Amino acid sequence: MESLAHSGHHDRSRHTPCAGYHSMLNRRGFLGLAGVSGLTWLTPLGQLLARESEHKREPATSVIVLWMQGGPSQLETFDPHPGTDIAAGTKAIKTSLKDVQLAPGFGRLAEEMQSISLIRSMVSKEGDHERGTYTLKTGHRPDPTVVHPSVGSVCCHQLPSTGVEIPRHVSILPGQWPARGGFFGDKHDAFLMDDPAGPVPDTQSYLPKGREADRLKHLDVVEGAFAKGREKRVANTMHSETLANARKMMSSEQLTAFDVSKEPESVRKMYGNTPFGRGCLAARRLIQVGVRCVEVTLSGWDTHANNHTQHTKQLEILDPAFSALIKDLRERGLLEKTVVVCMGEFGRTPSVNPAGGRDHWPKNFSAAIAGGGIRGGQVIGQSDPMGKNDPTDPVEVGDLHATVLAAVGVDYTKVLQTPIGRTMKLAEGKPVKGLL
Amino acid sequence: MDWARNLLFIGVVVGGLTTLAANLLPPSEPAPVSQYVAPSYREPDFRLTVVRADNAFRKDWDEKSLNHSELATNLIQIRRVALGLMGTIPSLEEIRQIEALPADQQMPWWIDHVLKDQRFHDYFGERLARAFVGTEDGPFLQYRRRRFVTWLSEQVARNKPYDGIVRELIAGDGLWTDHPATNFITVTVRPEMKNEPDPVRLAGRVTRAFLGIRLDCAQCHNHPFTEWKQADFHGLSAFFAQAHLGFRGIQDGDGAYEAEDRYTKTKSVIEPSVPFLKEHLPANGARRDRLAAWVTHPKNEFFARSTVNRVWAIMCGKPLVEPIDNLEPGVQIPVPLQILADDFAANGFNLHRLIRLIASSEAFRLDSASKYEVGEKEEKAWAVFPLTRLRPEQVAGSVLQAASISTINAETHITIRLLRQIERSNFVKRYGDTGEDEFEGRGGTIPQSLLRMNGELVRDRIGGSPVNASTRISLVAPNDPKAVEVAYLTILSRRPTPKETTYFEQFLNEPGLGRSDKLADIYWALINSTEFSWNH
Repeated sequence: MESLAHSGHHDRSRHTPCAGYHSMLNRRGFLGLAGVSGLTWLTPLGQLLARESEHKREPATSVIVLWMQGGPSQLETFDPHPGTDIAAGTKAIKTSLKDVQLAPGFGRLAEEMQSISLIRSMVSKEGDHERGTYTLKTGHRPDPTVVHPSVGSVCCHQLPSTGVEIPRHVSILPGQWPARGGFFGDKHDAFLMDDPAGPVPDTQSYLPKGREADRLKHLDVVEGAFAKGREKRVANTMHSETLANARKMMSSEQLTAFDVSKEPESVRKMYGNTPFGRGCLAARRLIQVGVRCVEVTLSGWDTHANNHTQHTKQLEILDPAFSALIKDLRERGLLEKTVVVCMGEFGRTPSVNPAGGRDHWPKNFSAAIAGGGIRGGQVIGQSDPMGKNDPTDPVEVGDLHATVLAAVGVDYTKVLQTPIGRTMKLAEGKPVKGLL
Repeated sequence: MDWARNLLFIGVVVGGLTTLAANLLPPSEPAPVSQYVAPSYREPDFRLTVVRADNAFRKDWDEKSLNHSELATNLIQIRRVALGLMGTIPSLEEIRQIEALPADQQMPWWIDHVLKDQRFHDYFGERLARAFVGTEDGPFLQYRRRRFVTWLSEQVARNKPYDGIVRELIAGDGLWTDHPATNFITVTVRPEMKNEPDPVRLAGRVTRAFLGIRLDCAQCHNHPFTEWKQADFHGLSAFFAQAHLGFRGIQDGDGAYEAEDRYTKTKSVIEPSVPFLKEHLPANGARRDRLAAWVTHPKNEFFARSTVNRVWAIMCGKPLVEPIDNLEPGVQIPVPLQILADDFAANGFNLHRLIRLIASSEAFRLDSASKYEVGEKEEKAWAVFPLTRLRPEQVAGSVLQAASISTINAETHITIRLLRQIERSNFVKRYGDTGEDEFEGRGGTIPQSLLRMNGELVRDRIGGSPVNASTRISLVAPNDPKAVEVAYLTILSRRPTPKETTYFEQFLNEPGLGRSDKLADIYWALINSTEFSWNH
């Protein structure tokens, strides 16, 4: 069992912060080093082991979450039921997979379906936006005794950081409840970024170089005075170190990963000229420089009225961005290393209300997952075409999280201790059979 | 509606100009008070409690052979009071007023002044709200967090006895808009539960927020480390089973609480019961009234202890017992905490008195620096004042206050206050709200550093705008040493050391930049220091 240290100080010695970049010697690094330095005499066995591992797939290294804030209707996205009552007129289109249909509006995504799997039997118990978002983003239901970390924070916390000078956990177009570090601490919170058409917030100094250097000199004088009589404790605040890391980030070349204008026009066009499209493109650029997890939010799915027209509009944004991301990652050989999940906090009711809308429906909804060694072209579970019964092969939110963690090589059964000493599994579930 | 828009526009312009003018003119200070007689601090039983708490701390330090630090300067104590109770630093104007008083009257005057200030009511109300209902938005139709916080602020302002506040929260009836206390109940309403309040969440909140214990861990299983049994938790939940939501808001009716056995999946009706001190539970009355009477019973020590621990944490950045809701039976209660809790219960749960007691205690007034080698052990025993990271609102409030010489309070012009409000909330959003986990010891984050170094708020506040303190200081300070001193007092609430004075005087004398640009540079350095972002 890994115990989570309480004080910030102890914490730092064990875990590398998400938003930090300094690479410390962690367990993996240490093992690697030990392998290089002392264990090479075990050559025959070493070779055998090496050969064995060639057959095993390397785990994925990054996660991209396409977050559909508001709760998309499964019937107008990944799980259409044309011709039934619950379809309420929504038709379906063919895809590159035989027997698998998508809602109209997914014309481009339909061509990528060999890389994507659909889970049509997601189930949850949370029908409120905030609680549902918490559940889907962390894999745990809200619990007053602990704040759970989001999947991106778990990846950053559990996997090593090497050579990344910018935050390893990023939320683009953050909605109301961006991914948090939970009890791992706010240094694991996602770095918030608006439309990548604009600059990265607060990373540009507004002063000429010389004057900045002067200001830092002044700062040293003030810090010196404060440290008197509390040297060690002031050092423990990590204030100066954090400031130095922030300055390193400001001058890092990797910051340009946010800058989508560096991409050829054809690529930008493929993702769509929308904030969400640019967000997806930036996500690809970010994982290329080693960022662990990027969350890109598309809001507007809370269709209590005019469900169908609103979904048509949403798909005009989602279809090009999602399909371009999959295609682009695949063509660059990055899809194998990147898990892409597209999900929202719940689905929408099979019945249509008098305002032409669909209301919240956590009992059965859909998610799409691709890349990172996850088998493509699969459909997990079936929803009831009458909208009355539970789906077959239900997938709990914890199962989806276990799947993602397993794909990036994190032991999802690992038990951590929360700050109040309660034990908590990284994921409350098992990977979905048929996806790994 | 064009005329309305024009009128609004004119209003904003006139308001803006008035504020600008008001800020450009030297602050018209009322003649400072030069004497302050504060009888409440002299009452024998008040003094006695302070002395007893101080002695208890000292005894603990002796037993552990810990060296304690000297008393901090009055100004540093005053900064702590301002940050803890109002979420901001004292203004230069206020510091000047304080310094017009004899040294021994400064803290009493300041504390009493703060207790009357609306900034205290609002800030403290929000801090209590976080413990009571968290930060979630709650159900859209049946929950008004704003109303709830305003109501709490009003109770804090008129110093309503704390047990009375809590009784209204637990047992109040009516509409959440009309009787804001009922938002404590309605925040748990969920559509999946037929729009009824959730007894389980309410029982969890009550034990955590008002008794400082985590009985809700026993919701699913018998508690592994304490004596709590699952039945204890269900018994408490049952007190909320008859609270219903209807046209008249929250009302008591009938109903039974059914709990499901996790293993056998059979349901059984559970009668309301309390896990300890059963003799203090009234036998008759509505279920919630009975629970409220039991929770706030003067003999229910958990109630007073948990309140003292929370108020201490709000004022000092760290509770006496950590984590804040870890006052389980069997956990050793520090003697000073018990002394303060006894006083709180014996004096009608008077929050203002409790605040005065804490601020008068030696532990609150000790320096965070020491001539001895001190570390975690001393911090833990309060032999030295701990360094704790300021909350995002405290940093935002401090940046805004630091940019102005005069006090930004309820009397400040509405346009300025509105503007500050917007700036503050934007800043807090980016700085990263700590939510409910308020007292976790944590270091700062990179986005926070970025925001202080390059962010709009700091840039605008220290920049060359004529309403900002740096510009005003450069206009009004008669000489360089005075200008440096004013900058330090305004931002760090202290005077510069001789070394700092010399250094910055020299900098101001260098050729090159204009004086107000140089002052902006000094401001930047002060705002980016550890000292500014940490309570100390």
